[in-house]
Amino acid sequence: MDDKEKKQDSLYVKLIPYFEKYGILLLLVIMILVMHILQPDVFLSWRNVTNVFKQISWQSMLALGVFMVIVTAGIDLSVGSIMMLSLMILAIVAKAGAPWFIVVLVPLFAGFLCGLINGLGITLLRMPHPFIMTLGTLYIFRGTGNLISGGTPISGFTDEVRYLGHGRIDLTWLGLEKSQYLPVSLVLIAVVYFVFWVFLNHSRTGKWIYAIGGNPSAARASGINVNKILIIVYSLCGFLSGIGALILAGRTDSGYPNAGLQSELDAIAACIIGGASFFGGRGTVLGVFAGVMIMGILRNGLNLMDVSSFWQQVLIGSIIVLAVYVDVLRRDFGTRK
Amino acid sequence: MTSTNKLLLEAKGITKYFGTITALENVNLKVHEGECLGVVGDNGAGKSTLMKVLSGLYKPSAGALFFEGKEHVLDSPKDSQNLGLEMVYQDLALAGNLPIGENIFLGREPTKNIGFLKFLDFKKIQEMTSAHLEKLKINVKSAEQKVEELSGGQRQAVAIARSTAFNAKVVIMDEPTAALAIKEVGKVLDLINKLKSTGVGVIVISHRMDDIFTVCDRVMALFQGTNFAESQLDKTSRDEVIGWIMGKK
Repeated sequence: MDDKEKKQDSLYVKLIPYFEKYGILLLLVIMILVMHILQPDVFLSWRNVTNVFKQISWQSMLALGVFMVIVTAGIDLSVGSIMMLSLMILAIVAKAGAPWFIVVLVPLFAGFLCGLINGLGITLLRMPHPFIMTLGTLYIFRGTGNLISGGTPISGFTDEVRYLGHGRIDLTWLGLEKSQYLPVSLVLIAVVYFVFWVFLNHSRTGKWIYAIGGNPSAARASGINVNKILIIVYSLCGFLSGIGALILAGRTDSGYPNAGLQSELDAIAACIIGGASFFGGRGTVLGVFAGVMIMGILRNGLNLMDVSSFWQQVLIGSIIVLAVYVDVLRRDFGTRK
Repeated sequence: MTSTNKLLLEAKGITKYFGTITALENVNLKVHEGECLGVVGDNGAGKSTLMKVLSGLYKPSAGALFFEGKEHVLDSPKDSQNLGLEMVYQDLALAGNLPIGENIFLGREPTKNIGFLKFLDFKKIQEMTSAHLEKLKINVKSAEQKVEELSGGQRQAVAIARSTAFNAKVVIMDEPTAALAIKEVGKVLDLINKLKSTGVGVIVISHRMDDIFTVCDRVMALFQGTNFAESQLDKTSRDEVIGWIMGKK
């Protein structure tokens, strides 16, 4: 190889990590532009933008949890059911007249426990794949949620309980109008995503989560307690689903049996669109956020244009396949063979 | 190398049973400072079992391990690491998705405290990695390069660098050149020589006579779980060692 060729190669190689890191954001920006052009009056209005964030609020929690699991090369199919069970427990505790700070903590604790059960099952029962354990708990948790609630909706929570999902931060002191408020759930998404970004990228445990996804036997040989880390990951995933339940309780003011039905698939889709790899060890928190946003904007935009929800399904499915195909191409160029 | 150098690791009368199978019987082994010991033997001769006993992965059924003259009982690989005994595995045990530096310090990452929280000290990882790679004369573009972007030889070099990053006194290498392209073998053997010159005792398990006769000072053969033969390298020949592997003296 002569020098000239070498230079070109290295420039190309240099660009790949940026593409890997920020390519998905590019897609997000393009989508926003396209939607803006198609719906110039509505799409970027204050009301609609806050709507998008309110709509993705609880899904973004499930997606973040599933993302961490996917980084370890695992999968969690039970997040929708964990959220539903946590929501039902929240509703029952609220109806029983518990004070609001108990009602708020209960779903977080319930979600955490469900995740812990997943983690213990996968490691202690030595399930051949997390798919099986969490497929089992997908049914178990939803069934339990129906058993304890009798399968009927339980409605009516206090404002304190609804704050995270329904609260508004007034911005009139900035000279904005009353309708131009900031949803509390948007602030919550920002805080939770930031905390988990720090956790995954700047803590030893976070680094080990990536290492386990990259090569579990390397992690083990390095003295990392792989089972312990996996239990932490699944527990945190459950905890995030519990936060999702709290947000959903605020948004809908109700615990209902169909809550989070099939939302585990949305969460997985958001991760995949955001660049996480099923083989583990790959993906970023920013990517997952972009994945959640892309799905949210797509649904919102198509609703604005009055496109049938059947087309939405077709489009989201296509984007998943396309996103992974782009990833396959990137791998072909990026990795030495 | 002479046998007057300090004795680092000695295994005496190591015996290991798996149920009714005798994998090792009364095996002895010694490694001195700055010495490279080659361990040869056919498949099933007990090489891997012996190495796993030395690294603390298996507990011997009988026999004792002495490190710098003191007897030690190893309960896990962590114990042997604490003594300064490191293993370079055949499958390399690296996480391809992580950069070189983070692989070298995996499980032992330096951290800095901000308030009561501990954060990874990336700057320190970077500096320590560069200094360590420099010391071993390992050439890579940057310590931040991901391991999956490296060639087989570079990966093996990183694995060896990883094993010596924490002042290892004895490094055990399982088939260090088995997965490498021919032109990369020489670099890895150079690296082993460099380790020896810094006083590290090296144990190399290998099928390749070229490796053994390039870097080792002494060679021992296992046959059916027992010490079969042993010699200083300058007092034997390739043909003789190959004979030992097949159980002929």
